[in-house]
Amino acid sequence: MIAWIARLGRATLNGVEALGMAGIFLFQSALGFPNREGLRLWLRQMHFVGVMSLAIVLVSGLFIGMVLALQGYTILVDFGAEDALGQMVALSLLRELAPVVAALLFAGRAGSALTAEIGLMKATEQLSSMEMIGVDPLRRVVAPRLWAGFVSLPLLTIGFSVVGVWGGLLVGVEWLGVFEGSYWGNMQASVSFIDDVGNGLVKSLVFALVVTWIAVFQGYALIPTSEGISRATTRTVVYSSLAVLGLDFILTAVMFGDFV
Amino acid sequence: MGEKPFIQIEKLRFSRAESEIFQGMDMAIPRGAITAIMGPSGCGKTTLLKLIGGQLTPDAGRVVIDGQEVHALSRRSLFRLRRRMGMLFQSGALFSDLSVFENVAFPLRVHTDLPESMVRDLVLMKLEAVGLRGARSLMPAELSGGMARRVALARAIALDPELILYDEPFVGQDPISMGVLVQLIKRINQALGLTAVVVSHDIKEVLSIADYVYVIADGGVMGHGTPQALSSEDNPRVRQFIHGEPDGPVPFHYPAKGFHADLLDMEGAR
Repeated sequence: MIAWIARLGRATLNGVEALGMAGIFLFQSALGFPNREGLRLWLRQMHFVGVMSLAIVLVSGLFIGMVLALQGYTILVDFGAEDALGQMVALSLLRELAPVVAALLFAGRAGSALTAEIGLMKATEQLSSMEMIGVDPLRRVVAPRLWAGFVSLPLLTIGFSVVGVWGGLLVGVEWLGVFEGSYWGNMQASVSFIDDVGNGLVKSLVFALVVTWIAVFQGYALIPTSEGISRATTRTVVYSSLAVLGLDFILTAVMFGDFV
Repeated sequence: MGEKPFIQIEKLRFSRAESEIFQGMDMAIPRGAITAIMGPSGCGKTTLLKLIGGQLTPDAGRVVIDGQEVHALSRRSLFRLRRRMGMLFQSGALFSDLSVFENVAFPLRVHTDLPESMVRDLVLMKLEAVGLRGARSLMPAELSGGMARRVALARAIALDPELILYDEPFVGQDPISMGVLVQLIKRINQALGLTAVVVSHDIKEVLSIADYVYVIADGGVMGHGTPQALSSEDNPRVRQFIHGEPDGPVPFHYPAKGFHADLLDMEGAR
């Protein structure tokens, strides 16, 4: 019994310690931005983290928009309410699916790559040699990646929503024959810029911070062996997916849960 | 060793994951000479270099470099001190996203405001010194292990440091690149008059270039002296190491019960 309590205590202490380390790490890295050299490095990372994730995010957005329209139509048509299809597609995407799915895809595509890249730099002593040259790797390596992730995921989320709405149009209007005027008209009437677009963006900013933070921290703190790198990469994807889904529930409850 | 040593290590204690690597070790590294630190694998040679460079913090004891106590410095002062050091890592540790030229130019670009033409001249001079001026546009992935180490050496001396730390510079090299590296370390030291610390267990190569040698094992210094003095050392542990004898005070056999009893022991399967 005592041993069990001691184990619980140790696990809690370890957890708090890791969280504290990750917090200090985030603080020190986030400071390492605005200067001229940092801007150049940041732009480079925007390419690797953001632009390279564009294809998977946009293609997924298209399919999710198409599936939404198809599923929505089969239900709405029973009530003769297929004119509300545009509203349904747009609201589901803006409030939930775009921020969450884009963040999950981002964790799989960019997050794991960030962890593996930083981990490999650690395993090949590149981070140590940078320290010995007198350059702080937190500022030089971690900061540009952190900022690139933080900026690019919200942009990717916007792209996801736009393409998803277009996918819904393709299926709903072009294929199933919903009147185009009501698709756009109902959407325009029911989507609020602040409540729906704004809240969706806030969500994706939070997800961007959490996913990128987990990814770079896992890379920086891993055990520098090939096994360590593969474990940390897996952890990045698992932890960020869980964090995104858990935070999504909390954020949704705060943003849209005031009808109780 | 008349004058004041460049690096003074006093009562250094360091442990990692329950095992004590250094148990109150003392060491003095003379200025302007090549000092070799040798010892069996896993005795903490690389750890010692990281302690000197301030990348690890000791549990107790001091490391003083040219009058400055490394672990009492602020982060900023430590980074300033590191500009006076170069370190050659075991793997070379070249930045994989930068070309050979940019790797050597990296310390110059981050620590100086020299005009581009001057940076170019300096980089070409350093690359010429290691014989790789012609490889300047290659990427690290295109270099052989020996070439990567030579580029890393050029990068380590880019800022003309006073101290250079070599971590196992000869491991895994073919005889030709081994010879090249031995020559380079010796030549660079003579030309620049810097203090060098070479961590290695390639005895023949190290003894041929070192001015002073420390042999470490079991958490402390086992023996030290000039290469000539060490070769005729009486201490059996030092002798076993220097002459590479397979059996001696460091046993060939991992501790086990008697061989005969083990063979006849049918009960304890395996």
